[in-house]
Amino acid sequence: MSYDVQKVRDDFPVLAEVINGKPLVYLDSANSSQKPVAVINAMADFMSHEYSPTNRSAYHMAAHATDLYEGARTKVAKFINAPHAHEVVFTKNATESLNLVARAWGSANLNKGDVVLLTHMEHHANIVPWQMMAAERGFSIRWVPLTSDGLLDLSDLDTLLTGAKAFSFTAMSNVLGTINPVGELVAAAHKHGAIAIVDGCQSVPHMPTDVQAWDADFLAFSSHKMVGPTGIGMLWGREALLDAMPPFLGGGNMIADVKLEGFTCAELPAKYEAGTQPIIEAIGLGAAVDYLTGIGMQNIRQHEIEITQYALDSLTHRFGDDIVIHGSRDVSVRGATLSFAYKDVHPHDVSQVLDQTNVCVRAGHHCAKPLMRLLGSNATVRASLYLYNTNQEVDALCDALSAAGDFFTL
Amino acid sequence: MPGLEDLYREIILDHYKSPRNRGSLEPPAVRAEGHNPLCGDEIEVFITVEDDKVSDIKISGQGCSISQSSASMMSAAIKGKPIADVRALISRFKHMMSIEEGEVPDTSAPLGDLEALQGVVKFPVRIKCAILSWNTLAEALDIAGE
Ligand SMILES: Cc1ncc(COP(=O)(O)O)c(C=O)c1O
Repeated sequence: MSYDVQKVRDDFPVLAEVINGKPLVYLDSANSSQKPVAVINAMADFMSHEYSPTNRSAYHMAAHATDLYEGARTKVAKFINAPHAHEVVFTKNATESLNLVARAWGSANLNKGDVVLLTHMEHHANIVPWQMMAAERGFSIRWVPLTSDGLLDLSDLDTLLTGAKAFSFTAMSNVLGTINPVGELVAAAHKHGAIAIVDGCQSVPHMPTDVQAWDADFLAFSSHKMVGPTGIGMLWGREALLDAMPPFLGGGNMIADVKLEGFTCAELPAKYEAGTQPIIEAIGLGAAVDYLTGIGMQNIRQHEIEITQYALDSLTHRFGDDIVIHGSRDVSVRGATLSFAYKDVHPHDVSQVLDQTNVCVRAGHHCAKPLMRLLGSNATVRASLYLYNTNQEVDALCDALSAAGDFFTL
Repeated sequence: MPGLEDLYREIILDHYKSPRNRGSLEPPAVRAEGHNPLCGDEIEVFITVEDDKVSDIKISGQGCSISQSSASMMSAAIKGKPIADVRALISRFKHMMSIEEGEVPDTSAPLGDLEALQGVVKFPVRIKCAILSWNTLAEALDIAGE
């Protein structure tokens, strides 16, 4: 059966919005995705009919809420092919997940003289937590450089990994769209005795994920980029690693016992879930996972390959040398996130003109300032496409870009 | 919805295309640097203060049409002016951008080209762009006064 993007669009109420007589053209899903009615209803129904806190109470509504909350965990585990549901920890977002790993795993494992390897295409969320820990514990950070077409330059990977204890990298760049060879990178890390931490923020929403096939050690990702609600993120980690690490945040729910002399930790996953959890959000996330699974992650990937090819062809055909698209032209190694420079028009001004026709793109540094410096600019325009975007919307982007060009021609 | 012409007035585009007082000054001129953390715009303001006057000003950095034209207009408006007048103009400009509460500054003097930036207020996300150079100038004045 062919992919019916119109049917998918019908599931997302916001996409039918008309603003000032013109349709919404939402091209900012790498930032955060829109939500299908299944997610909206799951959260509203739970609040309308079933809301209760989890775990701490004996009444049947609480038991039911606990089942729903844990059910969402099981769905997420299956979605990424995790061996065990209790290896999935709910956090606030991927940023918190990465901070959890850097702090909890880092404080038990990283010392002066140690090395953590990152890449030049990381989001600040996978840079700053390591820099914070490095300042405290005195380890050093190395960086995998990039090739001219925006792929990781792996020619010196073995040297860079020598002596490294952790290799933390994104599965897909939120600026360049580059999809990294995760399995290969994990294998290289393991060969050198380093653990492999994968930032799956941009990849998990857009293609099938299998942490066991990757053989990864940790995976961080966010619900709000995969048609789920804000306020909840995930960290998957190997049971043995999660068991061995100290806790991250302390408080209720994460303890087995507390005495005046000290505390003992709860079992996984509660050990890393201090305080009242985002129960409503977890239920929305569970519905998001069901929704994506129903469409099929391979189908979503295929749709994005096609629309990315269409976007690359259209932009190049219409604007030629006036547009510089960053990253690879090869859709087999890139996702549907397109960052570009257009004439001499500043990205902020481009997005302002695009906004006149409700074309929503992001203009700025995309929380990846080290990468932006390498690209030689302090901002780009970024159009990012998802399962609900159409070729017509790519055309609307091109038309709006033409208008911006006319307005600002120097 | 306000139209593009409310934001991008002719005079703004003119300053953007031909910015005034671009460049840098060597010490003992004072240098201050400003960043817009949202979009990554960066600006450097160099001033020479002599006899309680800003006798020279140069601007460098990258940014959008609004931040660049605002900086250019600012440099033209304050060059050669007494520090007290410059401070008053900073305050008045921030007031125009509706980000400074309190006493309404004296608005009797004509604003000249700067008037054109009034439209930015209708585009709240762009106020930060317009104000960047002014905050950086204020910082440069603070450094010069130390
Ligand atoms: C690659 C990557 N890592 C991490 C993050 C941080 O995600 P969040 O803001 O949901 O914590 C993002 C989101 O912008 C991202 O694109």
